[in-house]
Amino acid sequence: MSEASTNATATAAPKSYLDDGSTIRSWLLTIDHKRIAILYLISITIFFALGAFAAAAFRLELLTPQGDFLSAETYNKFFTMHGIVMIFFFLLPSIPAVMGNFLIPIMIGAKDMAFPRLNLLSWYVFMAGAGLAISAIIAGGVDTGWTFYTPYSSMYANSHVILAVTGAFIAGFSSIMTGLNIIVTVQKMRAPGLTWFRLPLFVWSMYATSLVVLLGTPVVAISLAMIFVERFLGFGIFDPALGGDPVLFQHIFWFYSHPAVYIMILPSMGVISEVIACFSRRRVYGYTFVAFSSLAIAVIGFFVWGHHMFVSGQSAYAGVIFSFLTFFVAIPTAIKIINWIMTMHKGSISFDAPMLYAFGFLGLFLVGGLTGLFLSTMATDVHLHDTYFVVSHFHYVMVGGGVMGFFAALHYWWPKMMGRMYPEGWAKFAAIVIFIGFNLTFLPQFQMGYHGMPRRYHAYAPEFQIMHVMSTAGASVMGAGYLTMFSYLIWSLFKGKKASANPWDSRGLEWETACPPPTHNFLETPVVTQDAYSFDLPSVTCVLEKKDKPEEHRV
Amino acid sequence: MKSVFSLLPEQASTVAGQVDAIYLFLVAVSIFCMIFAGLLVLVFSIRYRRRAGVESEQPHEDSRLEIFAGVCMLVLLMTLFGWGAKVYFHSVRPPADAMEIMVTGKQWMWKLQHPQGKREINELHVPVGRPIQLTMTSEDVIHSFFIPAFRIKQDVLPGRYTRLWFEATKVGKYHLFCAEYCGTEHSMMGGWVTVMTPADYERWLGGEVAPIAGAPQETPAQLGEKLFAQLGCTACHSGAPGSLGPDLAGLPGSTVKFTDGTQAVADDDYLRESILDAQTHIVEGYLPVMPVFRGTVNEDQVIQLIAYIKSLSGGAH
Amino acid sequence: MSSASQANEHVAHHFESAEQQRQSAQLGMWAFLVTEVMFFSGLFAAYIIYRSLYPEAWTVGSHMLSIGLGGFNTIILLCSSLTMALAVHAAQTDKRGASARWIILTIVLGLAFLGVKMVEYSAKIEHHLVPGAHFHLDPAQELANLQAAGVQVGDHLRHAMETVNTAHVQLFFSLYFAITGLHALHMIIGIGVMIWLLKTTIEGRYSSAYINPVEVSGLYWHFVDIVWIFLFPLLYLVGRH
Ligand code: HEA
Ligand code: HEA
Ligand code: HEC
Ligand code: CUA
Ligand SMILES: [Cu+2]
Repeated sequence: MSEASTNATATAAPKSYLDDGSTIRSWLLTIDHKRIAILYLISITIFFALGAFAAAAFRLELLTPQGDFLSAETYNKFFTMHGIVMIFFFLLPSIPAVMGNFLIPIMIGAKDMAFPRLNLLSWYVFMAGAGLAISAIIAGGVDTGWTFYTPYSSMYANSHVILAVTGAFIAGFSSIMTGLNIIVTVQKMRAPGLTWFRLPLFVWSMYATSLVVLLGTPVVAISLAMIFVERFLGFGIFDPALGGDPVLFQHIFWFYSHPAVYIMILPSMGVISEVIACFSRRRVYGYTFVAFSSLAIAVIGFFVWGHHMFVSGQSAYAGVIFSFLTFFVAIPTAIKIINWIMTMHKGSISFDAPMLYAFGFLGLFLVGGLTGLFLSTMATDVHLHDTYFVVSHFHYVMVGGGVMGFFAALHYWWPKMMGRMYPEGWAKFAAIVIFIGFNLTFLPQFQMGYHGMPRRYHAYAPEFQIMHVMSTAGASVMGAGYLTMFSYLIWSLFKGKKASANPWDSRGLEWETACPPPTHNFLETPVVTQDAYSFDLPSVTCVLEKKDKPEEHRV
Repeated sequence: MKSVFSLLPEQASTVAGQVDAIYLFLVAVSIFCMIFAGLLVLVFSIRYRRRAGVESEQPHEDSRLEIFAGVCMLVLLMTLFGWGAKVYFHSVRPPADAMEIMVTGKQWMWKLQHPQGKREINELHVPVGRPIQLTMTSEDVIHSFFIPAFRIKQDVLPGRYTRLWFEATKVGKYHLFCAEYCGTEHSMMGGWVTVMTPADYERWLGGEVAPIAGAPQETPAQLGEKLFAQLGCTACHSGAPGSLGPDLAGLPGSTVKFTDGTQAVADDDYLRESILDAQTHIVEGYLPVMPVFRGTVNEDQVIQLIAYIKSLSGGAH
Repeated sequence: MSSASQANEHVAHHFESAEQQRQSAQLGMWAFLVTEVMFFSGLFAAYIIYRSLYPEAWTVGSHMLSIGLGGFNTIILLCSSLTMALAVHAAQTDKRGASARWIILTIVLGLAFLGVKMVEYSAKIEHHLVPGAHFHLDPAQELANLQAAGVQVGDHLRHAMETVNTAHVQLFFSLYFAITGLHALHMIIGIGVMIWLLKTTIEGRYSSAYINPVEVSGLYWHFVDIVWIFLFPLLYLVGRH
């Protein structure tokens, strides 16, 4: 497509959403989904830094077997804060609330989310939840682990459990509001001609994610509320002395928290579909399989929670059923991986930074997923449960999968969001540093996990020291990569090259509007005439321009 | 002690080898998948890298690859499931002749008691080549009993008994860890499992290895007998005809009928509940007059009372 | 793009038509109600599991509740659903005054429900039936009281009273307070919504062309009623036989 024509129309267009008001008020009271996405982006960046700070502190502690840098209590508070902040306040909202918010209305040709005010409210609710959780940290911390197991959390812990639990509870409602908005937006606001099977796969995966959010989040909310009732009001619910069952809490908790891991990975999978298609210039191989596998993962994900509880004292037969069902999640996941690889086949591949992150995702998520199989096999999980093997598994899927997907998205859509290009060379460098650092951090953890190093240990047996030292070294390398990325992204906001409307020559409605887009995304509702990823056809703008007068359609 | 760089940690129980076999199989499958996927990505990256004048070719909708991959995965996964479940069932079903050791977890120590009365803290001495069953409960929060060299682990819950069994195959000293997060000193809640030859074990039991200071040398059953008298259980459970409570001899393992028509097998959990909260189930033909002992006796004492009740039937270990 | 819909001042800037806006609002509320169902389901799961473990505690517990007050409240809520439906209908047919009156009635019924609930709660508090340190229940005494009051005590209840473990009855009351408390919270929010609806109705914001908020609030109100329709038999009746 001709860049000149786009730029010409772009200059004639109204102000971009970034320039449409510059007062603080115009940001804090905005109902523009794009601005709300930016608010979320800023907030989760801060929370990521907080979680990473905690990780840096306890990784330093783990350099030596004796607990000499942090006290046992502080250590416990730090990994709890790390887990809570990273999961509830960084990864869960990362792609859905930032990328989903920004992109979904544009991708489906709508002017905004279905409920713009609810959208803004969700950010305030999120910040309120985060505020409570952080006040728990300032007040002295929480030491229950992010899983809040009873009866420790409800009757024994001496820390600020109530504040943290209430914070996570409230943040849950913010997820629900975003999920609700996404479902209704996708269902009811698609542009004319945009049928379900013309949707970009990112939209499919966000739709599946939102279903999980709507069905799962309320359940964790109620399980946290039950801790509140038991701890604060003194009503026994899980108290063994009253005949209550502490394991019941684990069932209710994991009923949500297992599906929650798919809330963290499905959006990334959507991003990877977009990125691989764009940089291979090829339609995603087996579009319908990839689309439906998201739904399959979302649905099966609700029936496997008991795999976190093989040694919890649940009945052995329940365990067998949960193990059996868990294996079925692997099939749609494997199909996705194979289809992404096949998308590259006969493509025209370029290796820009988003694509490097997508490669990182493929490799790391594959390791994470495969080690998931070690954990869903009952005999091996008995040995591996609550060891560093599990810690490594979930960092491979959450950081290697979830966070790499987020970074891929951040780079791919950065020009669209900010109207500036990031420096490509630095971006590639950071991607490689993070990949190396990541593996150096977490590969040794598999090994020490199988050798029996339990998790949540402040002091440990001396033979594991060498592995812990490697791990901390890796974390430092990875930390350097993150800092590099943070620096050049900030730099690019001011000094980056101005982006054209479609810098990657990609397909999809989001590339049919200016970079950054105007407040209402499109001047006129677009009409969609072709499938997603039609790299063999010229981009839609040109088709429309040939058919009609250009200014009647869109920017 | 094996180096942490060796592929497998020390194997010291009968199930360790079986678990390791699955582990090695999984490692092989994973490495195969990674190499396969890695090679494909590498080859495509080189072969189809972007070059001027060369356009990409669009795929056709075709579901053969997905179905083929799905079926292959299904076969592989079901094999894994079946194998894992088989070894798992083996590892959770104690053989009938296992020697029973009682374990109580509390923040932050393990208290263990051998059938012959020897007690220890954060240490477990066992003979090699003999199945051992641990019957475990907690006085406060959830803990988890973990012996990596044996590849076994089981959560220990308040208000319930959970079981774990193993048969050690190699004399030596192995780590004992608490694997479930239980508060500040969670990482300190552990110690050592010492596997000894049967002869050494007998000698150790006999006290040649110094016992923990002040620990009584009576068996749990003997202690239980004393408690039984002290707490006044004998008043109702003397076994004499016409006593208020049922005769407890022969009770463990039998089926008990209740006044509400239901019935249950008298396992350890049932005995524990009957002692602590007698009112929950009333045995057919008796009145609900037995007092509630919750709060009066602690978990250790319950274990001793149970041991005594078992010894009444003669068949007890 | 139809110019007719743009002429409609009620269509928000980002919707194409009034119909799209209406469908979105409805779908949004239904999706929200699905999350509400899941929200209550955690507590119901706990209820079902404990009830199957400790049936006699549930028998005793439900006998300690006042079936008269619970039944009365059920009727109140059923009536309020009717008045709500009438309010929506009146709004649809452009009868603003009637709509406002039905909303007022709905609010009154909602408040009445909460009032009765307060009476019930305070009776429980006086009776030391609030779980925790002050919980006190003497089943033998209760049985005697029942008999003294001339109540026909069936075998089932007598047996439950004789054998129940009062700790398990505490579990029953924990769940009773948690579930009815959560429901009452929903009622309070519902009444808040109704007051807002009343205000906007009086201001004349709704007409047959635009009644989304009325319809959607109505859906919420009916949902809260339906939850109670489940709670009443589960808590008050099931243990009774
Ligand atoms: C993003 C998050 C995420 C994702 C996606 C997953 C994915 C999976 N997880 Fe994981 N998991 C967590 C996050 C996640 N997990 C967390 C946070 C915990 C610990 C929580 C805590 O205790 O604190 C955990 C813990 C956990 C346990 C409990 C361990 C224990 O505590 O004992 C188990 C057990 O079954 C498990 C299994 C799985 C499985 C089977 C998958 C599957 O979905 C994986 C499926 C993918 C594959 C199997 C790869 C398939 C690909 C192929 C086979 C390639 C074929 C291709 C070629 C050859 C070209 N996970
Ligand atoms: C999205 C989720 C997410 C993310 C992104 C991360 C990121 C990281 N995590 Fe975390 N992690 C969890 C989710 C996540 N984690 C969860 C849920 C738990 C379980 C908690 C629980 O048990 O309750 C956990 C637990 C956990 C543990 C186990 C603690 C224990 O059981 O005792 C460890 C140990 O190494 C760890 C390490 C790391 C590291 C090194 C990173 C790195 O990616 C972070 C990299 C960043 C930095 C390292 C900081 C910035 C760098 C510098 C300032 C340079 C200087 C650095 C050094 C000197 C080290 N995490
Ligand atoms: C006041 C009399 C009384 C005393 C004292 C008493 N019991 Fe009992 N016990 C009974 C009666 C009556 C039953 C049968 C009814 C029931 O199940 O509650 C019973 C039942 C039991 C049972 C279940 C028996 C079965 O057949 O299932 C056990 C076990 C038991 N008692 C142990 C003890 C122990 C241990 C003590 C002392 C710590 C004790 N009892 C003290 C009266 C008593
Ligand atoms: Cu006990 Cu951890
Ligand atoms: Cu899981």
